[in-house]
Amino acid sequence: MRTGWNVAEVIGVTQETPTARTLRLRLPGLAGHRAGQHVDVRLSAPDGYTAVRSYSVASAWPGDELDLTVEELSDGEVSPYLVHQVAVGDRLEVRGPVGGWFVWDPADPSPVQLIAGGSGVVPLMAMLRAHATADPRSPGAAAPFRLLYSVRSPAAVYYRAELDALARSPLVDVTLVYTREAPPGSRRPPGRLEAPALAASTLTPAENPAVFVCGATAFVETVADWLIEAGHSASRIKTERYGGTGTSPGTRP
Amino acid sequence: MGIVSPGFFGRRRRDDPALPPGQYLTESFPVLSAGPTPRIGPDEWEFTITTETGQVHRWSWDEFLALPQEDVTEDIHCVTSWSKLGTTWRGVSLDTLFESVESDCEFTMAHSYGGYTTNVPLEDLLGGKAWIAHEFDGAALEPEHGGPARLLVPHLYFWKSAKWVRGLELLRQDEPGFWESNGYHMYGDPWREERYW
Amino acid sequence: MTGDLDRYDYLDGNAAAGPLSEIFAIDVLSARGRCAACGRTDAMATARLLPHSHGLLLRCPGCSAILLRLVDTGHSVCLDLHGLSFLELRRQQNGSQPNPPQPT
Ligand SMILES: Cc1cc2nc3c(=O)[nH]c(=O)nc-3n(C[C@H](O)[C@H](O)[C@H](O)COP(=O)(O)OP(=O)(O)OC[C@H]3O[C@@H](n4cnc5c(N)ncnc54)[C@H](O)[C@@H]3O)c2cc1C
Ligand SMILES: [Zn+2]
Repeated sequence: MRTGWNVAEVIGVTQETPTARTLRLRLPGLAGHRAGQHVDVRLSAPDGYTAVRSYSVASAWPGDELDLTVEELSDGEVSPYLVHQVAVGDRLEVRGPVGGWFVWDPADPSPVQLIAGGSGVVPLMAMLRAHATADPRSPGAAAPFRLLYSVRSPAAVYYRAELDALARSPLVDVTLVYTREAPPGSRRPPGRLEAPALAASTLTPAENPAVFVCGATAFVETVADWLIEAGHSASRIKTERYGGTGTSPGTRP
Repeated sequence: MGIVSPGFFGRRRRDDPALPPGQYLTESFPVLSAGPTPRIGPDEWEFTITTETGQVHRWSWDEFLALPQEDVTEDIHCVTSWSKLGTTWRGVSLDTLFESVESDCEFTMAHSYGGYTTNVPLEDLLGGKAWIAHEFDGAALEPEHGGPARLLVPHLYFWKSAKWVRGLELLRQDEPGFWESNGYHMYGDPWREERYW
Repeated sequence: MTGDLDRYDYLDGNAAAGPLSEIFAIDVLSARGRCAACGRTDAMATARLLPHSHGLLLRCPGCSAILLRLVDTGHSVCLDLHGLSFLELRRQQNGSQPNPPQPT
């Protein structure tokens, strides 16, 4: 197996939201990946300066193509480039997909609880997609999947249409929590995710779900604490922190 | 290997003769956290110099502040390739701290609160080349940047400028510190790009 | 405010999968490791990764001791594992999973 840096070609770009873009990459020789993995992307300036950042894979298909969805941090070094500059036909240096821990395994029959803050939905979307297309004979194909997705506003939701379609499956449940702006007529006013709302819209500890939490570090930190307080076993909770102080769903002003 | 990303320039720039090879200018002051930030109050803080005979020279926070203070403006160069030019510091010159110290040793190990260590030859600490700094940019040095006080040896890569410094140990022979024992250069001259072994 | 920064400025060990994939054939982050300092035993992926550091440092989430330290000097990779007293690497499970990437 060859590892290290490889050259991927950008074969498609889709504006996901006003501040996020999905890049479709072709990585010659790639034969699928595990749902939840990430790649490292390396940018090089003409003077030799390089910057490396990690991005989760959003897609879950077998071939040599991958989707990444990148949220722009306005003062960021790499994300604005990926969101605004990169064009179809460009080449990017990529390492991976890597990571064998924060992955969903179709052989695991456990119910799955996914909890996303903002762009943290990306690897969880890969898990939902892998679940939807899993071999019906694999134990995980029949597992119930729930996604709790905390997001700023309706306009900031990634993969909107596909999430709606996935949620039509009796096995899949999608709950959106709007933190700053809720859609008109929604029952819950916008506001941070709190521990009671988290408990009310996630699988219970008694159901012993495999839990995946992903988002900015502060979000993951808070949610993981709440889950443990609610009785989930720490060994059932897998986390992927994206860094940054971001906005914590609770406690912090 | 290494394809150029068209239109990508990064946040750093290379347009200054004051930059050592392979370095890039930064305006911000990146925090390089190797671990949890130790929080040391002035009442628990002390600085020591320990000689080869075991003699310990000790300064409390108040004693340290009562020593002659110097204001210095220096360029700093981090081995992770950022440089920051014209940074201003206030602190005590190591010449002052070593005035009363008797030693035949040529090497030192800096020890920090939190356990970090780094080795610096004694001659690089003397002669107006190094300080124990407690102010940066006119304000008390923040814990993230090594406060209450850090070693400042600006002519070497910045990992030599131990944050949260608590003492110097004089050594007869050069020994590697925390990073020097795992790949980083024993001396660390940015102008000769002494990054690694 | 500084206390908060401190609390939140780290990643999961899993984020180090890329650099570690260049030197280990098996995913070390899924391996269970025991902290030599406090005895905590868990997947290496649950360790804390501090970004922007000179090298790659994985710290124990229990006692913050260093479990793994990696410095890439360009011509070599220096790996310090003295913070680990035990590491259990699992063989690749068969079946169910797609093949690992094999870029040409
Ligand atoms: C395993 C992993 C997977 C990731 N997957 C994705 C993904 O699928 N999509 C995606 O958009 N990002 C993802 N990230 C985050 C990504 O790697 C970058 O950190 C992010 O794009 C910012 O990079 P930048 O160069 O633009 O900002 P930088 O120049 O690195 O930082 C700019 C400023 O933003 C702050 N900051 C950094 N990261 C965050 C954050 N996540 N939230 C809030 N503030 C932050 C920094 O502290 C800094 O002040 C992932 C991170 C990891 C570790
Ligand atoms: Zn420990």
